[in-house]
Amino acid sequence: MLNIAATDASARKIHPLPGGLHLPDNKHQSSVRPIMQAALPKRLIIPLRQHAGNPAEPLVKAGDPVLKGQKIAQGEGLISAPLHAPSSGVVSAIQSLPAPHPSGLSEPCVVIETDGEERWAELPAPMDYRQANPAAILERVRAAGVVGLGGAAFPASVKLSPRPGDGLHTLIINGAECEPYITCDDLLMRERAAKVLAGIDIIRTLLQVEKTIIGIEDNKIEAIAAMRTARDLAGYEAMEIVVIPTRYPSGGEKQLIYILTGEEIPSGGIPAQIGMVCHNVGTAAAVADAVLEGKPLISRLITITGEGVAEPRNLEALMGSPVADLIAQAGGYTPKANKLILGGPMMGYTLFSDEIPIAKATNCILAASTAEAPDPGPALACIRCGRCAEACPMSLLPQQLYWHSRAKALGKACDYNLFDCIECGCCSHVCPSHIPLVQYFRFAKSEHRREEAEKRKAELAKRRHDARQERLERLEREKKEAMRKKQEAMKAKKTAAGGDAGDAKQAAIAAAAKRAAAKKAERATQGEAPKNTQGLSAAQQRQIDEAEARRAQARKTAHSEDRARPAAATESPPQD
Amino acid sequence: MQFPTLTSPHTERPNQVDQTMLMVVLALIPGALAMIWYFGWGILINLVLAAIAALLSEAMAQKLRGRPAFGTLRDLSALVTAMLFALALPPLLPWWLTVLGAAFAILVVKEMYGGIGYNPFNPAMAGYVLLLISYPVPMTTWLAPSVIAEHSLSFGQTLTAIFTRALPAGLSWDALTSATPLDSMRTQLDMNYTVTEIRESPLWGAFGGRGWEWAGNWFLLGGLFLLWRRVITWHIPAAVLGGLLAMATVFFLVDPDTHPFPLFHIFSGGAILCAFFIATDPVTASTTQKGQLIYGALIGIFIYIIRSWGGYPEAVAFAVLLMNMAAPTIDHYTQPRVFGHGRLSDD
Ligand code: SF4
Ligand code: SF4
Repeated sequence: MLNIAATDASARKIHPLPGGLHLPDNKHQSSVRPIMQAALPKRLIIPLRQHAGNPAEPLVKAGDPVLKGQKIAQGEGLISAPLHAPSSGVVSAIQSLPAPHPSGLSEPCVVIETDGEERWAELPAPMDYRQANPAAILERVRAAGVVGLGGAAFPASVKLSPRPGDGLHTLIINGAECEPYITCDDLLMRERAAKVLAGIDIIRTLLQVEKTIIGIEDNKIEAIAAMRTARDLAGYEAMEIVVIPTRYPSGGEKQLIYILTGEEIPSGGIPAQIGMVCHNVGTAAAVADAVLEGKPLISRLITITGEGVAEPRNLEALMGSPVADLIAQAGGYTPKANKLILGGPMMGYTLFSDEIPIAKATNCILAASTAEAPDPGPALACIRCGRCAEACPMSLLPQQLYWHSRAKALGKACDYNLFDCIECGCCSHVCPSHIPLVQYFRFAKSEHRREEAEKRKAELAKRRHDARQERLERLEREKKEAMRKKQEAMKAKKTAAGGDAGDAKQAAIAAAAKRAAAKKAERATQGEAPKNTQGLSAAQQRQIDEAEARRAQARKTAHSEDRARPAAATESPPQD
Repeated sequence: MQFPTLTSPHTERPNQVDQTMLMVVLALIPGALAMIWYFGWGILINLVLAAIAALLSEAMAQKLRGRPAFGTLRDLSALVTAMLFALALPPLLPWWLTVLGAAFAILVVKEMYGGIGYNPFNPAMAGYVLLLISYPVPMTTWLAPSVIAEHSLSFGQTLTAIFTRALPAGLSWDALTSATPLDSMRTQLDMNYTVTEIRESPLWGAFGGRGWEWAGNWFLLGGLFLLWRRVITWHIPAAVLGGLLAMATVFFLVDPDTHPFPLFHIFSGGAILCAFFIATDPVTASTTQKGQLIYGALIGIFIYIIRSWGGYPEAVAFAVLLMNMAAPTIDHYTQPRVFGHGRLSDD
């Protein structure tokens, strides 16, 4: 291992992580077999939300035929991504189905019955990214629905568009794959290094960075060798391939950047603040597919592993393939299968059923035996042993966070930097009292977010209320003023002409009616239309409709904001 | 197929409270055996009495709180408390004092504050201090270590002495007992003897009192075992011994005649037991690494101060309790720098 590190020309200094864990990596089970193309499932279930941000809007309806690679849903808003049919067939339904999500809740999905013909839609032409306009390349990546494949599924195009003033100088490529069991990035680098490097070259061209550093953990000897060979073949000498020690969670974005450069992303910030961008090797390959072949992101590598499957391996699987189909292609379940985990053992979440489909962010299905993932048993009291703090890669004090989260003292928890927690699970893993610390932190975070949102809403309501109050008072003042003027005028008239009282009275009545109507209309524009809406003028009706539409829009935004973090919204409090 | 759902991480957990405590119990055994060897059966009887009293108290407290009585017994923390408490007691202490102290440690110091994890004070030390303050005479009546003792009691004679205060015919308490090295050093220094003169007595070995220094070595062995098994980290033991040694060295260099040589302090009384087993009690110690260094060093310094100028020759319990009080404050001021905080302003 040492000589591997030594063969790289660059002698980049490795900055060891604070905390972290040395875990049994359990990677050989699945990495001994080559990548296999998964067979076409009969039915594909495509969740409309497979990425961070707003869910996609479907462009097809039940009964529509679709071609492989055809766009079936478009991204909504800046942070979203389109979806494409992974195979040809017919849309049989658009309905709510259990989605690959920690909450286990259902989400709207497009269901495609495949026809087995794999007929492709017409794909955009391959691009020469060295000549093409950067905006066109970006648009291509966006239209191909490429998202970060490392886990967060953040739309890739957003992180590929440098904003003026960012001053980006370094591209970090994440090939660490630090979670135990998962080997899809490992196999990708072993078997498709050229494509990964092509993708990296596209990304660095787009971002105009000076430096590119690829970090790979030292337990992936073959991947490191393959990447180096491919790099030298392609003539990308400037790309540094750096071997880092195997230590969980070195593949976390903040952690990897620190290990490779010694720089810390400021709390609550993003890498761009320190002039860096981080992409996963899988994302790079997807970018290469999109730009060089015009292929949208419709499949990915996924590790099927654990003592619960007969032949652990990596599959190239279509998005939307049900988990059960993929398990069957890895030799099916063994009698030991006890838990189904999507993702790795440290950060993955359990699935209650294998009918659930995989999505863009799914990198691993772990069918774990009882020995691999035993139930931790009831939690005991915290004995303040400090092991959690020792293991925390963010140098937090989980025992204090736990204390305050448990007491629902969220403000205190925030003082102890609750929101710096990356939910890596190191603390829970080492806790001798088996306290589900991370679960407490997730719960505390979602509670805090909810409280903040409520506070914001209440403030908004108060501002509206105050504005209305002020307006009403102003109207009242104006009315009084007008009344006083009129009376004076009348008095003057009376003294001047000594008659005409009837006319003046009629004029006053007419003026009062006008005022009432105006006030009503104003109320309607403020979204407080009176309940009795019959007999309104066309203009009034229009105003009301507009107000309703605005309100609906506001509701929708608030709703989608909530839904952008469904994990948070549905996180359950831990049981004592 | 349907599967159970649970939250991450989904791993086999490497640590368990009961295993940790079991390690501590095991690590105490060599030192305990040495104590029995040097000070007779009384040590063993104390251990058994304290263990029974502590475990019963714990079970009772659980019962009163409506929890399963054996739930927290299994974590062995009450046994560890009982052992640390008993190992600090003189060999022929009347039985009811042992029982009283152990029950106080568990019921009042531990359970009244909410049980394991919530007690601010080290239960074993609080129990010891209660007895020392309330019954100073029996609590300071030590036997001479077997290597220099003229008489030794059989198991039956010890049992009788502990339960009835009756000694075998022809033996008096005066003939059996002897001041502890710390005690005699202190009294003789007060009588204006020099350290060299004091050390001419057969009570003294290479570093500390004979017998005592060897028990210390065996506790040291147990402590190293705990370090090796990563039950404790080096911070607190190193800081306690370092703090004590630093104080002792400074004063020894200033005036070697009236201040015993530094290693005397390390190998006398409970200094080693304290450094590895008592000060490292996670519940009552500081939890941050920097905090542990401060916490430990101050315990060492306080041990020296109280031994030299306080009202009691043995100072470990007082020093530990004092620092227990300070631990939360130390923690507060020694929080580690959180990743990503306060770096930007530097450059
Ligand atoms: S590891 Fe568990 S028991 Fe130890 S301090 Fe942290 S939360 Fe408490
Ligand atoms: S889950 Fe949060 S608190 Fe626990 S170790 Fe990871 S970052 Fe630290």
